[in-house]
Amino acid sequence: MSEMIKDISLVDYYERVTIDNPRDTESCSRLKKTTNARICLGRAGDRCKTETLLKFRADHAVAMDAVWSEVDESIVDQLGFFKVQTLAEDKEQYIKRPDLGRVFSQETLDGIKGNCIESPDVQIIATDGLSACAINANLADIYPILMDGLTAKGYTIGTPIFVKYGRVATMDQISEAIQAKVTILLVGERPGLATDESMSSYMAYESSTLKPESQRTVISNIHRKGVPPVEAGAQLVNLVEVLIREKKSGVELKI
Amino acid sequence: MILKTRLFGKSYEFKDIKEVLAKANEEKSGDILAGIAARDTAERVAAKVVLSEMTLEDLRNNPVVPYEDDEVTRAIQDGVDPSAFGMIKSMTVGDFREFLLKSSEDEIKNIHDGLTSEMIAGVTKLMSNMDLVYAAKKIHNLATCNTTIGEGGTLSSRLQPNHPTDGLAGIMASTMEGISYGIGDAVIGLNPVVDTISSISAVLHSFKDFMVKWDIPTQNCVLAHVTSQMAALQKGVPMDLMFQSLAGSQKSNEAFGITVKLMDEAYEVMREKKSSRGPNFMYFETGQGSELSSEGHHGADQLTMEARCYGLAKRYHPFLVNTVVGFIGPEYLYDGRQMIRAGLEDHFMGKLTGLPMGVDVCYNNHMKADQNDVENLALLLAACDCTYFMGIPGGDDVMLMYQTTSYHDIASLRDITGKKPIKEFNQRMEELGILENGKLTKKAGDPSIFTA
Repeated sequence: MSEMIKDISLVDYYERVTIDNPRDTESCSRLKKTTNARICLGRAGDRCKTETLLKFRADHAVAMDAVWSEVDESIVDQLGFFKVQTLAEDKEQYIKRPDLGRVFSQETLDGIKGNCIESPDVQIIATDGLSACAINANLADIYPILMDGLTAKGYTIGTPIFVKYGRVATMDQISEAIQAKVTILLVGERPGLATDESMSSYMAYESSTLKPESQRTVISNIHRKGVPPVEAGAQLVNLVEVLIREKKSGVELKI
Repeated sequence: MILKTRLFGKSYEFKDIKEVLAKANEEKSGDILAGIAARDTAERVAAKVVLSEMTLEDLRNNPVVPYEDDEVTRAIQDGVDPSAFGMIKSMTVGDFREFLLKSSEDEIKNIHDGLTSEMIAGVTKLMSNMDLVYAAKKIHNLATCNTTIGEGGTLSSRLQPNHPTDGLAGIMASTMEGISYGIGDAVIGLNPVVDTISSISAVLHSFKDFMVKWDIPTQNCVLAHVTSQMAALQKGVPMDLMFQSLAGSQKSNEAFGITVKLMDEAYEVMREKKSSRGPNFMYFETGQGSELSSEGHHGADQLTMEARCYGLAKRYHPFLVNTVVGFIGPEYLYDGRQMIRAGLEDHFMGKLTGLPMGVDVCYNNHMKADQNDVENLALLLAACDCTYFMGIPGGDDVMLMYQTTSYHDIASLRDITGKKPIKEFNQRMEELGILENGKLTKKAGDPSIFTA
């Protein structure tokens, strides 16, 4: 087999000191452990070292690519999602016009009403948000846990809906269209450096365009290295029970 | 005042000054989102032509938010010096552009108290990027806190040692690394995660203790809400600079939880209780697009609203003001091109207003921009004597989750442009063996200098 250059994304920078001849290497290591900021990097002239530069570029690259990537539709097809699109026509317009990513055409809303189960206890929605990679990485893991858990508790579950070019507020229009009790929206978060797979879940009881954003209960940081999707799925099932029992969500819900 | 023109035989007509100002703006995604941008490039130029023929008096008499409706407008209009205004009121905006390009610093400073934010925004819309650099380079606005910022030949920096949980040890680790690169002559200033009095107090004390122990001549600050800082001051914390984010309208300031009355009070409390020596002790941040984002833009473009932030800032004789140019997101500034334009505009407008203007040259990950765009804009701004930049470990802010200029970048900008930190700070860096003739020594870039 051919040799391969090491994967720089795997190097543990939280501990690594790359200063040439520091006064006190041990002190540097101790300082490094107190923060995930990029310190003790050393330098080449006034500029950073090659490895520092490449690591930064790699971390930014995954974040950028996550924003501009598309959800792998074979995943949502396999899980049986009904697919719709907001008024945003393409990714660029979606990024520039958040207002268009929050709404559907009347035709799309009619399509949702005509094709999806009406008045379910729980409606599940997935949307790309600012990271399609987050959906690609987590949806297939979290969805079966949700389905199994909710079914076991005896809830009726709506036809799952995938929204292309969607923002969080799309859950309000969908909920109103099909009269769901609880709506769960899974959305890709704005990626940070080196984190492209982080997903959030927004839930609301009788999610509505007439209610403020504070109607939503949120679990964020869902990904392998954060809240693992399987664990998040179990938490969501428990939350559904609370929301249905209390008939409220978001800041009104003291949990 | 004429609101009509022809361009290549086609007629263009605008309904009012606000529409002319919006359409004369260089392309910004935020103005498109607001639905007020020029329909096409020709209409943009037609608006610039109409704008160039308006007088500065026309702009004074037509603020984008009426005097009766908005306290920011009132603060700006009431602050105009009538005799300075008298010297320029009959100039057209086109004449004013040429005046700024051909006049000396003293000549510009003679009239700047006669300006309103709409005049400053107006002329900015007629200027090319190099015009903005050329004119801004003439203007040096000095301000004094513990040290004096803004002198020609200096390039200052805010040391921004942010930490995801406000961990004091981590904050101080980033601070040590920063000082070891000669960063922090403008301020050592933290964006806190937690806005509590005890947390603000602990961080301010840590910075002050470090400044005293190592005899570092600079300023400390925690960028919490102004009301939290006022409460902390009542407890007797050492606070050299008081911070607040500003917007360009009353409505958007209310979204930030401030009013002019509150800021007046904060200023008085700070004047009485501050730990710094000089007459300038306020620090403000701004940024194009925040008014649209809080629905307080009143149908005006983001550049004009930004100019109004500086007009309001001037009321408080600040030590530091910086725009946070690419933080807000691509729906306001889409890509590196728009970010670079906005950075040059904001810096120029702040300088013309009379402020010691700095720039947080930055972007976030859903913008079409990268570190090369940051470096480009930072170099352009260094060429026009931008007062200060941010210094962050590796350019990566692990709390605010955006990227800006790094410690390495500040050192490099100083090297490339032959500039130094503020005099006393530079001298102390030389004593500590970190800088020599303004350049990093072999010893520099090692935080363990400060663990001895």
